[in-house]
Amino acid sequence: MNNEFLLQIEELSVSFDGFKAVDDLTLYVSKEGVHAVIGPNGAGKTTLLDLITGRTRPTKGHVRFKGSEVTGLHEYQIVRKGIGRKFQTPSVYESLTVFENLEMAYPDKRSWVSAWRFRRTPEIVKRVEEIAELIYLGDRLHERAELLSHGQKQWLEIGALLIQDPELLLLDEPVAGMSVTDRAKTAELLSGLAKGRAVVVVEHDMDFVKKISDHVTVLHQGRLLAEGKMDVIQKNPKVVEVYLGH
Amino acid sequence: MSNSAKPSLVRRLAATAWSTQKSRENLSFLVLAVVLLAIFPIFLDVFRLNLIGKYLTYAFVAVGLVLCWGYGGILSLGQGVFFGLGGYCMAMFLKLEASDPASTSIQSTPGIPDFMDWNQITALPALWVPFRSFPLTLIAVVVVPGGLAYLLATAMFKRRVGGVYFAIITQAVAAILSILIIGRQGYTGGVNGITDLKTLLGWDIRSDGAKVILYYVNAVLLLGGVALGLSLLRSKLGRILVALRDKEQRVLFTGYDVATIKRAVFVLAAVYAAVGGAMFTLQVGFMSPSFVGIVPSIEMVIGAAIGGRSSLFGAIYGSLLMNFGKSYFSEAFPELWLFVIGAMFIGVVMLFPDGLAGIDLPRLFRSVKRLFSRSTKPTAGAGIGVPPEAASAPTGGVP
Repeated sequence: MNNEFLLQIEELSVSFDGFKAVDDLTLYVSKEGVHAVIGPNGAGKTTLLDLITGRTRPTKGHVRFKGSEVTGLHEYQIVRKGIGRKFQTPSVYESLTVFENLEMAYPDKRSWVSAWRFRRTPEIVKRVEEIAELIYLGDRLHERAELLSHGQKQWLEIGALLIQDPELLLLDEPVAGMSVTDRAKTAELLSGLAKGRAVVVVEHDMDFVKKISDHVTVLHQGRLLAEGKMDVIQKNPKVVEVYLGH
Repeated sequence: MSNSAKPSLVRRLAATAWSTQKSRENLSFLVLAVVLLAIFPIFLDVFRLNLIGKYLTYAFVAVGLVLCWGYGGILSLGQGVFFGLGGYCMAMFLKLEASDPASTSIQSTPGIPDFMDWNQITALPALWVPFRSFPLTLIAVVVVPGGLAYLLATAMFKRRVGGVYFAIITQAVAAILSILIIGRQGYTGGVNGITDLKTLLGWDIRSDGAKVILYYVNAVLLLGGVALGLSLLRSKLGRILVALRDKEQRVLFTGYDVATIKRAVFVLAAVYAAVGGAMFTLQVGFMSPSFVGIVPSIEMVIGAAIGGRSSLFGAIYGSLLMNFGKSYFSEAFPELWLFVIGAMFIGVVMLFPDGLAGIDLPRLFRSVKRLFSRSTKPTAGAGIGVPPEAASAPTGGVP
């Protein structure tokens, strides 16, 4: 099963002062579709994303992306390999415009010398406009990001990932704090994105997970509890006990 | 625009020049160039021009701080280190030139700086040898402080040390360097610094003519530095710096090598400070550890903050004002100066977080005007031409 999966996580563990946040976890993510990771608080979901993106170094185990090891690489190197990550709280550059936010993310001229000499080209403008259209911000390109609503900031951050065209998109609670209509729009956006790339979503909202996910992994205390389709997972007695029953 | 009103040419030009960020900056640059190259030299005598030249050497530091702190969010409380190193490199060259065997013939070892002789040093230390050459000195003015900044930034930023911790470490470096200079008197001149500097390649830098020329060299270098800073801030690198200040983590996870970019801007700020230091030595005629330590480093930051830490121009005027105030108060009321500077800093932080440059002049002007027109003719307010862009400022409409 070497290159069949986009992301292979094997026997991954990390402990902080003896506390095992992720414990001997093995998980595979296929090349296409939405893969949801759910679990109660403290299950290790966000830590898992930290481990994949190089923010935290694992104590043990492997993370392979397209067959090659990414543990030990710097965050920016992992991003350049094609893994994009969205944080739980919207993180956009408030003092820059929507356009500048997206342009910053355009995957070119990323060293300080080339950034100094960078010139805006028609291709970049076109690409930025395309992405802005996709994330429902086509008419707000030249507004400062601080003026956007919470949901729009979340989309802008997703857009900033999309402009890099990553093969794997990691989203940490993308609909937290969103209104019902914004949730529906986000679900639509994500299912569009999952064509041709893998999207891993860490989420609390069960209805949302049911609506968008092709595959679900349930974590509990850093370990894998269950895996499969959402409707099967929901009937799993272990899952019901630790999580869904609440 | 109302059809009957014919705004004067001056007002229309002013409105155009103020209409975009870029044209505002160009106008500010022009004003700065006129002030530095024409107004000061015409209206001030050589003594005062030389003083302004000295204050302007701190403006180099402030420009560096705007890039690295105001935009990049990297607060350095140790810019005195780089200012001092640049100044010392220049001072070492000038000192060697002033210590030729003929004029030091009464020393037990002629041909070495006088303070070495006093400290029983009998040969020129290896550290000083490169400073016999002027080209090497010019290189050292940039490379020594830049190199130290590079090492510091590598050690800190690659290990994710940032924010307050970084500021504290830069401050510690300032303390260490000034203690080191004072302690190694035989090599550095100790607490007195390097004094009695006379000539640069045989040219007497203490003459009035030389002071005027050095003032101009300083002003042109500063204008060049501002132009370079503007080109940086207008580029994508400028936006990356803003992004770093807003959300460093997001920049990292967008695929930018944040540590390297921060290092680049920190080194650049150090080089600005070093050029200022070298020009200080040339214009003032000496260099001492009192420009290296914690207090001068913090004064440099306050100067930038008062002028406006996110405005290259504001920071320059802020440095001028701050150093003018320092000279004035420390002559008139020496014991008050520290309180004044503290009060200024608190005032800036509480009332004008963007410093003098952050004060919205057109708005202030309008409020004053409205106040006057209300007291004389209650209905006159509406007809007064207001620049359209100022009227559309987000908070401009609040009565």
